[in-house]
Amino acid sequence: MRHRLTLKIGPANFRIGSAWASPIAALRRLYAGYPDADGCIADFTVRLQPTGALRRWVRPSIFITGDHGLADAAPMSLAHGLLAAEMGMNLQMALGWRRHLLLHASSVEKDGRALVMTGESGSGKSTLAALLGERGWRFMGDEFALLDLTSGAILPFPRLVSLKNSAIDVVKGEVGEARMGPLLRGTAKGDIRHMVPRADAVARMGEGAMPALLLFPRFGHAKDERPVGQAEIFMRMTQASTNYVTLGQPGFAALTRFVQQVPARAIDFPDGEAAVAMVERLWEELA
Amino acid sequence: MSAALLVRALRDPASVEALRAAQWNALLAAAKAERLIATLAVRLEERAVPPAARAVLDDARADAEREAQQALWEADRAAFALRGTGVPPVLLKGAAYAAAGLEAAQGRFIGDLDILVPRAAMDQVERALLAAGWEWVKEDAYDDAYYRQWMHELPPLIHAERDRMIDVHHNILPLTARPRPDPQAMLADAVAAGEGLYVLSPEDRVIHAAAHMLADGDLQGGLRNLWDIHCLLRECDPADLDRRAERHGLARDVRQARRLAGAIYGAGTRLTLRDRLFIARLLARDGWGRETRKPLVFAFYLRSHLLRMPLPMLARHLFTKWRKGHRPQ
Repeated sequence: MRHRLTLKIGPANFRIGSAWASPIAALRRLYAGYPDADGCIADFTVRLQPTGALRRWVRPSIFITGDHGLADAAPMSLAHGLLAAEMGMNLQMALGWRRHLLLHASSVEKDGRALVMTGESGSGKSTLAALLGERGWRFMGDEFALLDLTSGAILPFPRLVSLKNSAIDVVKGEVGEARMGPLLRGTAKGDIRHMVPRADAVARMGEGAMPALLLFPRFGHAKDERPVGQAEIFMRMTQASTNYVTLGQPGFAALTRFVQQVPARAIDFPDGEAAVAMVERLWEELA
Repeated sequence: MSAALLVRALRDPASVEALRAAQWNALLAAAKAERLIATLAVRLEERAVPPAARAVLDDARADAEREAQQALWEADRAAFALRGTGVPPVLLKGAAYAAAGLEAAQGRFIGDLDILVPRAAMDQVERALLAAGWEWVKEDAYDDAYYRQWMHELPPLIHAERDRMIDVHHNILPLTARPRPDPQAMLADAVAAGEGLYVLSPEDRVIHAAAHMLADGDLQGGLRNLWDIHCLLRECDPADLDRRAERHGLARDVRQARRLAGAIYGAGTRLTLRDRLFIARLLARDGWGRETRKPLVFAFYLRSHLLRMPLPMLARHLFTKWRKGHRPQ
């Protein structure tokens, strides 16, 4: 394809091709601090291609696909090209990654141990990981946490952090303009802005950590904290994993061990500050 | 043309040892797009392959092995569901190759379960599958009526719990197609593959694969279908194959399948002009996994419909589908 880039993120290499220059230029700028993966053999190919012959030029419309695609994936406008590229990479991981159990979760690390946070879109797990990543924790990822099938460690997958709506200003106030991507207005999930993780997150993206605490955060509620039973945790984690079924027995064994060994809590919070305080306290008590 | 790179790697595995990273990327993308990546993994097992490519190949191979296991389980469940009817399911395509332990099954991705049963037993089979948890996928009355009147199979069914699709065939080609294969003869010659399962005879497997590829479809996934044929040909008797192909009205397609397999995966063959068009279509894939040669691909798409039904009927059918919002890709 005309415009192309190879990115290394955690253990995976992505070869991204685009019919248009702008999505690749945006990736190049925001991933400038990542290791040079040019000339590598890629694990996945991502393609941003026009939905039809004319749609390269006339009202440009991006169809996101690659090695793995969804036939009915909604097309996106070229103004959201950066988001399309990010979604393309996620799509390949979600449908194709087999080397770890993929958990739809964010994760951060402190003192060599990992905190894993999982929940629906909008639960605040991305924002919380981004905030913690600025306050003494190492950011490991906001979309996928990779659970190693043999060691039980959590491995980083530190892509750009995708911030939505009100979370954008909260995090921007913390990290400043220089590490923020363009504001993408009116996407399917509202306004989105990407944030570049700190240099330490990128430099140590090959380095895993044993999980020490699992949280189910929920943003927008009065402060509350509840224990969660192992059976419920197991069910919620299988639903939060895109390759649990595919991995079969090794996935079951790894998830069973994770659920049995990692203490877990559900937490509700009204805002980021309250959430950070709750996390720090639970980390002191449980991890 | 990266499909050519893929074909070369399958035919001559040693050739990959000279590839650079960019060519590896093109090879892997084309192999994934053609669903031949796990077959490639098996072929390259003994070769010096860069670790990054090896990891991708290993993943694909594990996926194919899991799919084969799942396909055999699904076949077992179908046989179990049909036990009371006295109709033994004859497996077709991927599940058949896996059940019979054929070379064609090595690294082959297996999607839906395809079975062949006598036309007279279709109602009984349909009832037994519905009772065992399979459900209709298509709600559309036109599609349903169309399948039942003109096709060689029931509308597809999906199992409610396992989410796996089954295609129940009573013939190997649509009733509107010009060749008139004799499914009764195929069923009569089917061979046992253990656990209450049956597969077609070695010759009929080639005939079915050739009919499926050349007398029915638009050659989507043709390189994979041709790889099946290439492997299946090694296990059948050529004279017997000719005789049987004649009887099913598919001699011309079987002869062409042999020439194409010989040209693409074998030692090479004399080709007709028509063969060259087919090969150009088969190799229409670039190093990003995209289909190339759009006009040629579209011509084969039209051909596939013309093969399926006479022109006035095709026009009526396409108009109905178009009104419902269906567009060719």
